[in-house]
Amino acid sequence: MSSVLFDNPGPRTRARHRLYSVLAALLLVGVLALVAWRMWEKGQFAYDLWEPFVTPAYIQILLVDGLLKTLQMAVVSIIFAVVFGLVFGIAKLSDHAVARWPAWLVVEFFRAVPLLLLIIFVFYSYGIGDGFGAYWSVVIGLTLYNGSVLAEIFRAGINAVPFGQAEAAYALGMRKTQVVWVVQLPQAVKIMLPAIISQMVVALKDTSLGYYIVAPGLTYVGKQIYGEFGNQLQTVMVVAALYILANLVLTWIATWVQRRFVGEKRLDSISGTGSFESGASQGGA
Amino acid sequence: MEDITSNFDLVLKAFWLTLQLLVLSGIASLILGTVLAAMRVGPISVLRKAGAAYVTIVRNTPLLIVFVFVFIAAAKLGWFVGTPFVIKGVAALTIYTSAFVCEAVRSGVNSVSLGQAEASRAIGLTFSQSMQFVVLPQSFRAVVPPLASVLIALAKNTSVAAAFGLMEATARMRYFTNNNADDRLWIFLVFAVGYIIIVELMSVGAMSLERRWKVAR
Repeated sequence: MSSVLFDNPGPRTRARHRLYSVLAALLLVGVLALVAWRMWEKGQFAYDLWEPFVTPAYIQILLVDGLLKTLQMAVVSIIFAVVFGLVFGIAKLSDHAVARWPAWLVVEFFRAVPLLLLIIFVFYSYGIGDGFGAYWSVVIGLTLYNGSVLAEIFRAGINAVPFGQAEAAYALGMRKTQVVWVVQLPQAVKIMLPAIISQMVVALKDTSLGYYIVAPGLTYVGKQIYGEFGNQLQTVMVVAALYILANLVLTWIATWVQRRFVGEKRLDSISGTGSFESGASQGGA
Repeated sequence: MEDITSNFDLVLKAFWLTLQLLVLSGIASLILGTVLAAMRVGPISVLRKAGAAYVTIVRNTPLLIVFVFVFIAAAKLGWFVGTPFVIKGVAALTIYTSAFVCEAVRSGVNSVSLGQAEASRAIGLTFSQSMQFVVLPQSFRAVVPPLASVLIALAKNTSVAAAFGLMEATARMRYFTNNNADDRLWIFLVFAVGYIIIVELMSVGAMSLERRWKVAR
């Protein structure tokens, strides 16, 4: 197991590593034990505090009003974002400066502005009172942000299709619109699928920002539960576990799609994406 | 519009807090992230797994949940009680961002090809020499772009602190829009431009670093 940093260890080094492993394991177990002891000392293992998470009625609220609503928000906004991204991504590739510049401006603007700032602005300007409410404010914010990130992904994806494909299509007498829709886009989508699904992970995590404007979803349900039972720690642990589970499933799907449809080719190894994106898959909030 | 122009010092103050959060948690997460990355590429498998577990858990948890943990839930364990809000905010941002820093640094180390290290060992360089002259200079270069993305994301993520009582730029915008309902769009644009300036400065800086460190091939 030679690596960049060290050679294959010999018998003495292996013995030393075993010692280090034991020490490290002891240290980690010690830290975990300390946390557990602290929880016990502060009475955080009391059944009352965990009770809502084994009570069917609360589990149902958590899963239906919480997880399902969150997933729904993420899916709806990602669908809108794909449409938004498609329009603006193609506009950025347009031959006409009239289409290219506004698209560039819109995409750059929404990528650089924090999502929470956007959501707060949308909610308090148009969502509140007789407006469309907190749910749609979050969806609109997520759509604008993720749509702009996806526009950049689409642009890079279309550029990643070998140029010979477009040339051949032009040689057959196709128009530019046909070349993009019939030849470039279908091939690009295949390359972009994993990136789109990873963006769903970001969207799913970002739905939690609805907390600020009291939008429905996991964080809202969590807030209600700890408001009622005073079990902040337990609620945070359960809600985090649900988010992690949902995200791991999505990541697993992305890996599967990658292996099934794309092969070894990865978008971030191709021009453009991967460098200096405004922290797209590097973690929104 | 008048309110925001006559009280522009409040806007600047808010962005100053945003910058403080950015710089403090940026430095802290660079340190913690590098330690985590060292754990993940080191020879001790227990530490490798612990590092991987940390990254998996934190990367898949929303930042807001991390904030709720630090600001609300940790008090139940007697942690962060009476700590200044800025420190709590920096702690939450650091816990979250260090996982991403770890992945960026790790991918940088892994991007150096094996032959480079083997060749340096073959000509008799010691571990520290091969690190200093061969491996690290190359991995630094590879780390700059992903690390820049992580730090830019961090700059935007400081806005989450607004939900937890810190008067940084996003919270300040809420304050102004609350008092001046007619000028909401302009106020939003002023604050958006502030964030855009921060983000663009960071990406320009990263690009010039990358250009300077680029190898002639």
